[in-house]
Amino acid sequence: MEKFKTITGVVAPLNRDNVDTDAIIPKQFLKSIHRSGFGDNLFDEWRYLDHGEPGQDCSNRPLNPDFVLNQARYKNATILLTHSNFGCGSSREHAPWALDNFGFRVIIAGSYADIFYNNCFKNGILPICLPVGVIDSFIELTQNNPGYTLSIDLESQTITDPLDTIVHFEIEEYHKNTLLDGLDEIGQTLIYKNDIKQFETNHQFKNPWLFKTL
Amino acid sequence: MSAKTLYDKLWDSHIVREDESGTSLIYIDRQLIHEVTSPQAFEGLRIAGRTPWRISANVAVPDHNIPTKDRHLGITDPVSKLQVDTLSKNCSNFEIKEFSMSDPNQGIVHVIGPEQGLTLPGMTIVCGDSHTSTHGALGALAFGIGTSEVEHVLATQCLVQKKSKNMLIKVNGNLNRGVTAKDMILYIIGQIGTAGGTGYAIEFGGNAIQELSMEGRLTVCNMSIEAGARVGMIAVDQITLEYVKGRPYAPSADEWDKAITSWQYLKSDEDAHFDKLIEIEASSIKPMVTWGTSPEMVTDIDSTLPYPNNGYNTTLQPALDYMGLTSGTAIKDIKLDKIFIGSCTNSRIEDLRSAAAIVKGRKVAKNIKLAMVVPGSGPVKQQAEAEGLDKIFLKAGFEWRDPGCSMCLAMNADYLEPGERCASTSNRNFEGRQGQGGRTHLVSPIMAAAAAIEGHFVNALEYLDN
Repeated sequence: MEKFKTITGVVAPLNRDNVDTDAIIPKQFLKSIHRSGFGDNLFDEWRYLDHGEPGQDCSNRPLNPDFVLNQARYKNATILLTHSNFGCGSSREHAPWALDNFGFRVIIAGSYADIFYNNCFKNGILPICLPVGVIDSFIELTQNNPGYTLSIDLESQTITDPLDTIVHFEIEEYHKNTLLDGLDEIGQTLIYKNDIKQFETNHQFKNPWLFKTL
Repeated sequence: MSAKTLYDKLWDSHIVREDESGTSLIYIDRQLIHEVTSPQAFEGLRIAGRTPWRISANVAVPDHNIPTKDRHLGITDPVSKLQVDTLSKNCSNFEIKEFSMSDPNQGIVHVIGPEQGLTLPGMTIVCGDSHTSTHGALGALAFGIGTSEVEHVLATQCLVQKKSKNMLIKVNGNLNRGVTAKDMILYIIGQIGTAGGTGYAIEFGGNAIQELSMEGRLTVCNMSIEAGARVGMIAVDQITLEYVKGRPYAPSADEWDKAITSWQYLKSDEDAHFDKLIEIEASSIKPMVTWGTSPEMVTDIDSTLPYPNNGYNTTLQPALDYMGLTSGTAIKDIKLDKIFIGSCTNSRIEDLRSAAAIVKGRKVAKNIKLAMVVPGSGPVKQQAEAEGLDKIFLKAGFEWRDPGCSMCLAMNADYLEPGERCASTSNRNFEGRQGQGGRTHLVSPIMAAAAAIEGHFVNALEYLDN
């Protein structure tokens, strides 16, 4: 996984609460057996005026001019700014894959659904959580200032705006290190393979019925 | 030793190691696999040259993409077919047990786990599916994960996790007649909101929970995720043991006594600490109907749709617009186009029996374009047919289908056309969930059945009494 250090990018405001993963990437695109190719279908039902199907060339599809990501000023956005309970619903990791494929590196939201939040870290996306009031003011600044950018520094856990105002954010140590080091998490767990084996032996002794051959 | 909650006990008994920050490596007893969220995990395993840590911990079944009629013709959509075939190929390459599309025991992953005895009390269970919370009804610690974590469990039998907080939702008293487990969980979601359980593992307790059948408990735990909680669970009691006993993969007769001795501790200690306690009076719950595009947008059958100043602010008007509804409309005046009885929430035998009891001797209303029943599994379907439920549904004008996720998320040929309105026993009413532009109202099986007969919402109690 690519290491995450700092990023400065255009901010796109998605002015809604409870954005669910069905909205982030609709079900028909989940039929893919690959990890990439979801960017064109990110927010498909909001972004296009027609019905999207997997494998379609999206360059000629009619765009919904009202949808934020279709506005020229947010075209190259790498930071998505939104409200509370982002990523609720289905556990589909296709949601962070689609956000990543589109080009988002950071999400700033009031809060996240638990499964989505975890899935972000597996894909090098930094999900930042900020108080509702701070989100509201960032949304206003983004909407009122075309080309509004923010700089994110994961090491120091700070967001810096164009006027050099600094906002601090919280993140758990484990998650932070995963992103900073771009670690292979499976490899990290396998460092403890002897602990796992020992646990397993004891566990099987106590609960032999859990170890049936199927 | 300090008092522990059920969640504490399940968590503590699966810790392989813990670091200073409280991040733990947790051992996973069972991984359930389906076709949608697993291909990339197997691919990752293959690329890294890894093999599954413990093959028998994994069980696979295709359910999301598969057709619910004319199954003998195979899957016509080539993209869906490739995904289902890929699951079979991966299972065969890695020697993982699969209940394939043609297996008589195939069904929705969250129905067949408990049904086959693959879900047992005291287990840690994961699946690349948010409704894995369902399995907590048997006193297991079960939660949904993403595809990277599916790969992690395949390779290591473990997950790196941080413990959630404990929440107890106590439903006291007794449910009124005509009010079901589905109404109970919809009511709870209405009370605490779709983010109310975020960061928590929810234990459901209290008299009204204890009195639920296993089917009802599975329905309640299933929708914990719609209340924001990855984990929902219920203590083990006699109902749990009776349900588990004799199932194909349950402990054998000679292991049974030892198993139930260890399972009897799977309940919260009397004085265990919960970070949050919510108490609900069961008798205040009425048959519920969702009216918006989030499961928290829910009210009872006797109500009218809310006005913008009643708390929903920014989300209310867009939801009403999407749903094609206006404030002040009575729930009972909402006319329907389609009826869907099925999904991992409500497709078990008890759900079908209760719906059939409403439908018996009646006809689906003329304005209903399609009313369908999709049993949760092969064995549920067989049992229903043995009881003659299929004939009751067919005679009334319902379609009787083969098991799968079907119109809960509409990845197969079962979906709503734009603007169509459906009374659905599933779990999510998000925009486009049942088909782009489709409008979903979540209800219980008896409410869906009564709505099919009437053509609009009605209190199913009127049918129970007549």
